Amino acid sequence: MNWYAIRAIYNFEMARTRRTLMQSIASPVLSTSLYFVVFGSAIGSRITSVEGVSYGAFIIPGLIMLSLLMQSVSNASFGIYFPKFTGTIYEIHSAPVSFVEIIAGYVGAAATKSVIVGVIILATARLFVDYHIAHPLLMAAFLLLTAITFSLFGFIIGIWADNFEKLQVIPMLVITPLTFLGVSFYSIHMLPPLWQKITLLNPVVYLVSGFRWSFYDLADVGVGASLAAITGFLVACLVTIGWIFRTGYKLKS
Amino acid sequence: MTLLHTEASAPVTADPIIVVKGVDKTYGSGFQALKPIDLSIRRGEIFALLGPNGAGKTTLISIICGIVNPGNGSITVDGHDVVRDFRATRSRIGLVPQELTTDAFETVWNTASFSRGLFGLPPKPAHIEQVLRDLSLWDKRDNKILTLSGGMKRRVMIAKALAHEPNVLFLDEPTAGVDVALRRDMWNLVRRLRDSGVTIILTTHYIEEAEDMADRVGVINKGELILVEQTATLMHKLGKKELTLQLHDPLAAIPPSLSAHALALSADGSELTYTYDTQAEHTGITALLGDLAAAGIRFRDISTRQNTLEEIFVDLVRSR
Repeated sequence: MNWYAIRAIYNFEMARTRRTLMQSIASPVLSTSLYFVVFGSAIGSRITSVEGVSYGAFIIPGLIMLSLLMQSVSNASFGIYFPKFTGTIYEIHSAPVSFVEIIAGYVGAAATKSVIVGVIILATARLFVDYHIAHPLLMAAFLLLTAITFSLFGFIIGIWADNFEKLQVIPMLVITPLTFLGVSFYSIHMLPPLWQKITLLNPVVYLVSGFRWSFYDLADVGVGASLAAITGFLVACLVTIGWIFRTGYKLKS
Repeated sequence: MTLLHTEASAPVTADPIIVVKGVDKTYGSGFQALKPIDLSIRRGEIFALLGPNGAGKTTLISIICGIVNPGNGSITVDGHDVVRDFRATRSRIGLVPQELTTDAFETVWNTASFSRGLFGLPPKPAHIEQVLRDLSLWDKRDNKILTLSGGMKRRVMIAKALAHEPNVLFLDEPTAGVDVALRRDMWNLVRRLRDSGVTIILTTHYIEEAEDMADRVGVINKGELILVEQTATLMHKLGKKELTLQLHDPLAAIPPSLSAHALALSADGSELTYTYDTQAEHTGITALLGDLAAAGIRFRDISTRQNTLEEIFVDLVRSR
């Protein structure tokens, strides 16, 4: 294992984050604050509570998940797409590293950045509403697991994309709608029966439900199902990446 | 030509550092970039790979370095297979690609340090400093790469390739778009590296430099290695010389008494050019001069010129 290479890639990516601090950190914090103002205060004042939790507190896990998914996918996809775009990826290919080191460096840095954003949003939420965390360790585990899994997913998108439009299309057209329709801002029990069933096909539901359970003991689907869903997606991403590096898909001719 | 393939098919040299055996490459598009290539690079030599654009030079280098997957065949570097044992081979190799591809927002120091880490070595600021000083980049170490000129960026890429102290350095068209002074500096650096034991493989379009610098030359055309030869031997074997006589009085035509000699008359009739083979038993110069004197042709000046590698190269590529 080439540990120095992992460190080099990881530090390189984190340095990129520091160079774009406003965009990396300030923008998710601002957009989350806006969600709190609009959903939490304006609309929340009419909903008051969802299954015994104040609406403002209820949406916190969903909001964090929303940012976590978006950040993980965009960080990781951009991180690997950019060297492909500029051509500097030649150095990665010519270096004594296997895909394990490449993934650990790029995905590790992308996941780190999304976890930082998640924690900052959690702290920002404190300014607006009071909340408690029933299972802090499981909360941290969900946070980490989701960040890693969706960074892997973003890495795949970054390799698949051969222009900037493709880089944006999955986050914009898939992740955002799935997250908004993925019980981030409401409980599944608020939906008509048919839509409850349809919603269960949305994988993001399992993430948000599990994450919300770690806060309030309140779940739309069982915690086991949530863990199984995220683990299944993680394995699927790993298998895909293994295949990419074995075949050189869009990486090596 | 009989000398073609003599070296390429010769037994492996005493101490080769890179051995390429039957390596070919066909891209997904169906384009065959390389026909089966056999080549061995000697430890510590400067080897120049010449060939027109699209001949397969970069493909061959890219396969050895791990950037392009090989087709058939095998490659070893220092006895290690480049596919099975890629960590061992790649850590020995430094690559400076043709395109200027740099991380524009990084500083010179950081990008060189990154390369060293990527190749699996612990930080060693003293080495990075030495490399940057050797390449006259030390004053620019804290500058972002995007603020540098093209020539400096080229040197940054060399610094990155040298950051992990490689035994083998690949320079793919290192002097493309580089001014004369910098080119001279770069060749001095290449010589110093060779003196320190680094094996250097370069591709270049500046053929006179290959002639100057390289111990051996390989010519590649349409994916085929058509010749590998000591530079000096090649010059010797294929070297034709031209003898130019500046005539005192212009001639309208070459007199019949001189028709036995391979002479050419310039358009204005003021110069006679005689082409001869330096390897031939008799160059024919004595006879020519005697015949000229007998014909009463007087001349003001005489000069001779050796064929350049470029002319040899163009001949070779054309004859295929």
